[in-house]
Amino acid sequence: MGETKEQFEPKIIGFLCNWCTGAASDLAGTTRSQYPPNVHPIRVMCSGTVDPVYMIKALMAGADSVMMGGCHPGDCHYVSGNYKARRRVAMLKQIFKSLGLDENRVYARWISASEGPEFAKYMNQVTEETRKQGPSALAGDWSV
Amino acid sequence: MTKSATLQVKDGKIRETVNSFLKDLFAKKTIDAMLAPLAHPAGTNVVQALVTNPVYLDKADVFAPVMPVNSARLVQSLTRLTPVNRKTAVVIRPCEMRAFIELVKLKQIQLDKLLLIGIDCAGAYAVNNYPKFAAEKKSDDFVKAGFKWAEDSALRMGCQICEYPYPLTADITIGLIGLDPTKQILIQADSAKGEEVLNKIGITLETDGEAAQKRQAAIAKFIAEVKERRKKFFEKTKLEIGGVEKLSKVFSQCIKCQNCRQACPVCYCRECFFISPTFELESERYLSQAEKKGALRMPADTLLFHLTRMNHMGNSCVGCGACEEACPNDIPLLKIFQLIGSETQALFGYVPGRNVEEVLPATAFKEKEFERIGEK
Repeated sequence: MGETKEQFEPKIIGFLCNWCTGAASDLAGTTRSQYPPNVHPIRVMCSGTVDPVYMIKALMAGADSVMMGGCHPGDCHYVSGNYKARRRVAMLKQIFKSLGLDENRVYARWISASEGPEFAKYMNQVTEETRKQGPSALAGDWSV
Repeated sequence: MTKSATLQVKDGKIRETVNSFLKDLFAKKTIDAMLAPLAHPAGTNVVQALVTNPVYLDKADVFAPVMPVNSARLVQSLTRLTPVNRKTAVVIRPCEMRAFIELVKLKQIQLDKLLLIGIDCAGAYAVNNYPKFAAEKKSDDFVKAGFKWAEDSALRMGCQICEYPYPLTADITIGLIGLDPTKQILIQADSAKGEEVLNKIGITLETDGEAAQKRQAAIAKFIAEVKERRKKFFEKTKLEIGGVEKLSKVFSQCIKCQNCRQACPVCYCRECFFISPTFELESERYLSQAEKKGALRMPADTLLFHLTRMNHMGNSCVGCGACEEACPNDIPLLKIFQLIGSETQALFGYVPGRNVEEVLPATAFKEKEFERIGEK
């Protein structure tokens, strides 16, 4: 509210799977690979459990972008959860695109449990990109 | 290769010719019951009825331009608990049949012993507008006027931009597209089951008959032009509703009554997520949500509800327009859902209701697809 673009600190909600990206976020912590506090991780058991409704809700309740983190394709702890998550993200992005909403505020990344520094690097990237995009119109609009 | 026969229409009485065919199905004990649209005695509606006594089929009016509910829902009620154990025919419109197929995939309809009779559909008026039509005209007049979905602006929007006004998965098709309905009606066997039934009631089928070929040619012509027409329509829709501001405006009149969900044939959940305890919040939770933006629109999560529905059933949207018709405030839901539906379906190469063997996109995946997502 009333922030200028220079002061803008984006809020990012990350849905991280327990076995890969979530573990990578832990590893980033223990190996002291820093990532911005703008990212608010929510641990889920599998990226395949994330109904798009939660990603949309986050975007409408004030998040400037959302990020889905799962295991690399082929490595899902539950065999195929991340493949299904990938379809859902593809669909969500398409719907946003069709409606003229910003599909670039929906991120997804497959990061394995051993890729702590990779996780930190990616979170820096997402934060920077979101910062550049500025505050999300959806996040700021009370009337939707 | 199609097998078909034609019914000769006497004195231009289309409805009576079709009804006598439907009754024949009973006379030869081929079926025991039929779900068919009957003219309501009040004359103000045509409603689906489960008929066991064929006498009532004198009141059948399969081409009447009104669709009070999507009949896929009715077949769902009929077979959700137990499959029908008597041979039951259902006479439904193409969009109803496509929704029906989606519900079979969603395990809401049990196909056993059902015989699917599809009709070529010239469209329908809103239930509210039907009495006005019925006061002046009959379904025969409507069909005689020809099949020109895009040209009658009084038709429901879904009918005006309909992509499949002909049945895709029928056992038997009652065909009119490309034919002169005052002279002949096509009866086409579209499955082995349909062929067996038609043989049983003594209809002689010919292979690739003249009428069937004429109809196929007319459909091919329609397919060639409808894609372009829909493309233009969606481009226009995007300009009307695209972006947060316009989208907010479109849904500004939404009262979140959820009638659209109730009327939607493919929104099948027994208990919608949006009426679950997830959305029953303590006052403090509402207030803290309000605090984030300074104000919170109530009822809360109005746009979220629609966006979620798009995600959950967009791939199965058959464009019947039941949502739009159910909306008390005339929100152009059909436009929006067809725009979304057509674009997400294209993403997966999926056509809802095309084939019962096809897998719902949300339940399947390929190892090599959407590889841009989640990678560098």
